[in-house]
Amino acid sequence: MTTLRRLWSLGTGRFGILIVALVVVTAVVSLFWTPFDPAAVDARVRWSAPSWPHVLGTDNSGRDIASLLMAGARTTVVVAVGAGAVASVLGIVLAALGSLTARWIRESVAVLVDILIAFPVLIIAMMISAVWGGSLAVVILSVGIGFGVNIARVTRPELRRVLHSDFVLAGRASGLSTGQNLTRHLLPNVAPVFIVQLSWGMAVAVLAEAGLSYLGFGAPVTQPSWGVLLSDLQAYIAVHPLTVVWPGLAITLTVLGLNLLGDALREAADPTLGERTPAARTHVPGVVA
Amino acid sequence: MSLVVKNLRIEIGERDVVDDVSFSVPEGARVGLIGESGSGKSLTALAVLGLLPDGARASGSILWNGREILGLPDRELARLRGDDIGMVFQEPRTALNPVRTVGRQIGESVRIHEGVSRREALRRAVAEAERVALPDPERIVSRYPHQLSGGQRQRVAIAMALACRPRLLIADEPTTALDVTIQAGVLSLLRSLVQDAGMSLVFITHDLAVLAQVATHAVVLEHGRVVEEGAVTDLLRAPTSVVTQALLRDATATLWHPELPPRGVVRDETEETP
Repeated sequence: MTTLRRLWSLGTGRFGILIVALVVVTAVVSLFWTPFDPAAVDARVRWSAPSWPHVLGTDNSGRDIASLLMAGARTTVVVAVGAGAVASVLGIVLAALGSLTARWIRESVAVLVDILIAFPVLIIAMMISAVWGGSLAVVILSVGIGFGVNIARVTRPELRRVLHSDFVLAGRASGLSTGQNLTRHLLPNVAPVFIVQLSWGMAVAVLAEAGLSYLGFGAPVTQPSWGVLLSDLQAYIAVHPLTVVWPGLAITLTVLGLNLLGDALREAADPTLGERTPAARTHVPGVVA
Repeated sequence: MSLVVKNLRIEIGERDVVDDVSFSVPEGARVGLIGESGSGKSLTALAVLGLLPDGARASGSILWNGREILGLPDRELARLRGDDIGMVFQEPRTALNPVRTVGRQIGESVRIHEGVSRREALRRAVAEAERVALPDPERIVSRYPHQLSGGQRQRVAIAMALACRPRLLIADEPTTALDVTIQAGVLSLLRSLVQDAGMSLVFITHDLAVLAQVATHAVVLEHGRVVEEGAVTDLLRAPTSVVTQALLRDATATLWHPELPPRGVVRDETEETP
């Protein structure tokens, strides 16, 4: 597992792993335990400032913000993983169809991808929610499909490039079937590009869920979500500005963590980048530091 | 275990890039395909393995041990590739996968054709790396292609092609991309491996000097046609075609002899390179 070791040795990779792990662990823990019931209303402790036992304070109906955030992490994880899965499958299938098949199929797929990429994902998600009611499934599918198309758009030419490289021909010459060539030569070589797109897609999914929930098109209000929480609290931003900071911070950090993790993964997946020390990378000949 | 190519014709679009090429490689023979770039020698080799690029059509006959392999379905050909017939490519920089270790690439064909475990494939890769005289075989198998020199990469490519002990090796200009000092080592390695295993060899080159070191028999191609063939010694002694004569001229021109200044003459300082 040299890739993982390289990933951990990168500062951004370590930060990304820690943030993403924190969100995932929080979501899992919240299934069994939260400091308070996130739905429990307690009129005696409305707007309590961060203090024990309400470490992040309470909201207008006395709900514990820390517990709401923990429960909201579940929604974030489900959306990010769901949209990521939809986007990966769709992206790889479209990219493979667009590069490995007969000419007329791959040309039509390329055109289809170009058409689909022109659709504004979030607006379509809002339209669907407005007509059939908002749900997480709508968010997951719309962001997943939107980013799947993006992934296909970027991965397809990369796949074409690798397909025509000598080592793929050499692979066939040593008896690899098309499928074996795909898993051993093609996918590992397009992985860096794919991973960056995927992590970006997952980050956008987190943002989109928060944004759509904030606008009332995403998670139903009964479901704990950072976006719903943000929209609940922002009505009182002039009076209790601190409360809004927590969901905002959670969203920002998660998106940052996902992006940094994706970037670091790309760097770690490419063995030709792993060697160089940071000093060697920043060294510019002729420049005195 | 012989290869017989008869009336091979390869069309790309409407153009015949290989036209009526015939030659045979008996068991243990070392045959060179020689010609300038665009003479169709590489395509001929790729046609043997059924690896012609999209849009190229081959007709004629290619017999491997008396069995017609031209037009065989890809799945059948995949069984021959790497197992019966191995191939080494020209450019070791691009012929190796940059993101997989050298050992996994050498062990690849063993894993496919003999269905051995990953650990066994790695063990075989170490043995093969040793056989092609790679330094420190135990350690080099866990390195990546970019960590190796050009000559080492070509040795890896040779180890890949020979891992399954094929009966025929096709080498497509395997020394062209290498430094002159490295070329000789790779050539002699290739020749000794082929001789020791009693393999047949098809060696593609544009350099008669290189060909003379490995092959016993040669087929000279020009614009996709055979213009001359025969024993290499005959071609060197009495080339009949204009193409062969030109190739011979090019090859001997590389044996460069410096004209030294007469003794006692002081060299002009301005000619010194900094």
